[in-house]
Amino acid sequence: MRILLGVGGSDDSLRALERTIERANEAGDDLTVAILDEGGTDRTVDDIEADVKEALDSGGIEADIRYVEGDPGSKLVDIAESEGFDRIALSGGTTSPMGKIQLGSTAEFVLLNSHVSVSLIR
Amino acid sequence: MSRDRRFPDEVAGPFESPPRRFEDREGREIEIRAHDGSEREYEALASMYGEFDPADRAQGIPPSDDRRIREWLDNIFCDACLNVIAWDGDTAAGHATLVPDDDAHELAIFVLQEYQEAGIGTHLMEALLGHGAESGVGKVWLTVERWNQPAVGLYKKIGFEISDSESFEMEMAIRLTDGSDEGG
Repeated sequence: MRILLGVGGSDDSLRALERTIERANEAGDDLTVAILDEGGTDRTVDDIEADVKEALDSGGIEADIRYVEGDPGSKLVDIAESEGFDRIALSGGTTSPMGKIQLGSTAEFVLLNSHVSVSLIR
Repeated sequence: MSRDRRFPDEVAGPFESPPRRFEDREGREIEIRAHDGSEREYEALASMYGEFDPADRAQGIPPSDDRRIREWLDNIFCDACLNVIAWDGDTAAGHATLVPDDDAHELAIFVLQEYQEAGIGTHLMEALLGHGAESGVGKVWLTVERWNQPAVGLYKKIGFEISDSESFEMEMAIRLTDGSDEGG
């Protein structure tokens, strides 16, 4: 399966990356990692890229890395639909101090607009 | 998770702090008390959440299995957290909690299904906010699913105002004191 994983600068994005790498190893998925500029984090795109490469190396998997500029949600959907991906994967949200799951604006847009199946990683 | 939250300019309340006793609309004698830190109260709450109807979960809480319920309870019984519990004798009927978040507190409230629509939620909210105000809590926020009109109505009646309606869940906020939050 061809998977397009969106990764931003938050901790939950990196957890989603690790889980998706594990899954790709088990299922033989063809993985593409899209680095998103979501804001709301101190991490730069270079920092995120370094984390992504390290996770791919330690997971023993090869993946294309893409840089997505502009609105992260609409760009992810556009890439997935126009390039024939089977699935978009995203972090399933952050949790509040109370422990409530909160869905970010990227995930909300992708869920409501994508014609490609979407996995939220928890 | 720090971002600028908006809070009303006006102070709400005052709210009477716990303990408080009342008869609910079903004629049950209910007492609301601040959590005393005891193992007995912890177990009563773990038992209440074990019986909780999954349909009444909100944004993933309360969790549905015992291990996760206890992890979650440990999190919201932190030293700076404030908790009040509604008791029907030895049975925990409802629970409301304030968890610190930067310079404010996040609020959540749960009432066991068989005790809902009996006026307990209003008393629980007022008791928790009274307990918060006397403990130095200045600002409180919560999120609620926008379709959950009974909950939104309760929060508005207490004095919460909608502070962000652009996300999946609606955010509401209330101010308890003039100053900034002094901790909990």
